[in-house]
Amino acid sequence: MNRDDLRKLRRKAAEIRRLTVEEIAHLGIGHVGGSMSIVEILVLLYYRHLKIDPARPKLETRDKFVMSKGHAGPALYAVLADRGFFPRALLQTLNQGGTNLPSHCDMNRTPGIDMTTGSLGQGLSAAVGIALGHRLKRLPGRVFALIGDGDTNEGQTWEAAMSAAMFGLGNLVAFTDYNKMQIDGPIEEIMKTDRLLDRWTSFGWHTQQVPGHDFVLLDEALQRALGEQHRPSMIIADTIKGKDLPGIEGDYNNHNMPLGEEQAEMLIALLKKKEEALT
Amino acid sequence: MNWSIRQPDEPDSEEMRTVYAEQLNAMANEDERIVVLDADLMKAHGTLAFKKAHPERAFDLGVAEANMVGVSAGLSTVGFIPFPATFSCFAARRAFDQFFISANYARQNVKLTGSDPGVSAAFNGGTHMSFEDVGLMRTIPGIVICEPSDPHSLRRLLPQIAYRQGSSYLRLHRKPTQVIYHQSEEFELGRGKVIADGEDLAIIAVGAIMVAEAIEAARRLLNEAVSAAVIDMHTIKPIDEALVIEYAGRTGAILTAENHQVRNGLGSAVAEVITDHHPVPMIRVGVQDEFGEVGTQEYLQQRYGLTADNLVVQAHRLLERKNAHATRKIHARSTV
Ligand SMILES: Cc1ncc(C[n+]2csc(CCOP(=O)(O)OP(=O)(O)O)c2C)c(N)n1
Ligand SMILES: [Mg+2]
Repeated sequence: MNRDDLRKLRRKAAEIRRLTVEEIAHLGIGHVGGSMSIVEILVLLYYRHLKIDPARPKLETRDKFVMSKGHAGPALYAVLADRGFFPRALLQTLNQGGTNLPSHCDMNRTPGIDMTTGSLGQGLSAAVGIALGHRLKRLPGRVFALIGDGDTNEGQTWEAAMSAAMFGLGNLVAFTDYNKMQIDGPIEEIMKTDRLLDRWTSFGWHTQQVPGHDFVLLDEALQRALGEQHRPSMIIADTIKGKDLPGIEGDYNNHNMPLGEEQAEMLIALLKKKEEALT
Repeated sequence: MNWSIRQPDEPDSEEMRTVYAEQLNAMANEDERIVVLDADLMKAHGTLAFKKAHPERAFDLGVAEANMVGVSAGLSTVGFIPFPATFSCFAARRAFDQFFISANYARQNVKLTGSDPGVSAAFNGGTHMSFEDVGLMRTIPGIVICEPSDPHSLRRLLPQIAYRQGSSYLRLHRKPTQVIYHQSEEFELGRGKVIADGEDLAIIAVGAIMVAEAIEAARRLLNEAVSAAVIDMHTIKPIDEALVIEYAGRTGAILTAENHQVRNGLGSAVAEVITDHHPVPMIRVGVQDEFGEVGTQEYLQQRYGLTADNLVVQAHRLLERKNAHATRKIHARSTV
């Protein structure tokens, strides 16, 4: 990744954050925190790695992405709109009656969404199934999944982890959005997932832990993961819930929060400035 | 008409979750067996306050509903009265086997709470919209299913749920809810509440949304000189058979109203009583064979026909059927 690539990715991240804030602010409430913590992961995947064609969202041979923490739909919708899967104007319909952009990801409503999620713990199992299916059909597409650290509390996540290792799914790469927060408070105080790297390693996965807002390190980790042939890969990304939104970043209550007009305008102006500085 | 509604000087709405948490707290002050469990939704259920007051008797299991219900069953075997809670969709669907086997089949005392029922899940959308939870729960032998329609009835019914031996499912509307009853009103688990008497038809409703809509529908019908009884059937199982039979006999027409699928919810429970004991024309208002979707609660009520408007329309359809039924009867008699 050269300097110019890096600058472009960082600018894109600021833009996606702005679009997501606009999208949620239009409704006035939404899953702000968990949408912000995953922006670098999404941007790295959708602007650098995923083999996708926005004009052909159903193409069988393309890469797939499963958003297990389905409540972070708004960030993914901003990315999909910007990549051209659907018009940007649709972002203004988030969660409104009859919309095709519901708060939780829905494969039957939104072009570019590969799996319906929202009930935590189910995403990684689906990703295992897609990866198995790709292997059976000898499809070249790789399978990516993104899970939350609260999402990781679900027993099903670990059942999926066992099966992915058992079946030697080298075509599966998962990220954990390790923002150390769930709804009721810090993971550390609610349901500990410390030594997370060791846990995944002991389940038979290829594992790495990297700063989740650093494109260079994330990219290097992803390259290594893609080099794995016979093991699933887990990249634990250390992230911050509400990242880059002053007053919201790191706030205990930013999971599903109201976003007022004034506050949104302030944030949008800030993010625009950031984009311009990176142009 | 005798509406048993709140006094003007009482608050007109209260958050049900606050009432829920306060009542649990009050019961726990008196009884050391009361314990509260949650799956990363204590904030949503107002039980962080309980955790503060009784830190040793509050357990947050994280996002792990099946484990929460299993752990509750274990606590029950050693004499505790556990109140585990999560959204109704996950309470019913995700922890069903644990609730069925470890709690009910094992004859334990697990008081499961499922919140944000049906369209009240609103912006959480289809994945979170339980139109089937009562249906699943209703097939568990011996279970008690209760869905209070207002804060006051919740306050009165919760202790009865706690002290009735066996497992139960409380379908809890957790957001601000309109107060229907005065503070002096008494409630009995398993006995429906007659809010208004009527002669032409009986609207049997359940839950915060549909009882309020039923009252509104009955008011409008009264303006058209149609007299509709309104019954708050807060206990769906065991259903108050005697009351259903009484009103089937008295009015000859039953309209049910629920924020749930018409299959296997309140409407089905009432229909079972009617067909077994006193067949009369009946219409079930509720969600048809459809999944939930995202939107405001008002939008979704319109979308699925969970409104006073629709109840009035259906009441007229029902009365037509009732009259046709009566005419057929007379005709049949005269040709014998
Ligand atoms: C099975 C299930 N239980 C509960 C919820 C409600 N819920 C939505 S998000 C969330 C917390 C998730 O924490 P995490 O995965 O860490 O998300 P993030 O911090 O990335 O937003 C919970 C409990 C759900 N969506 N699914
Ligand atoms: Mg988290």
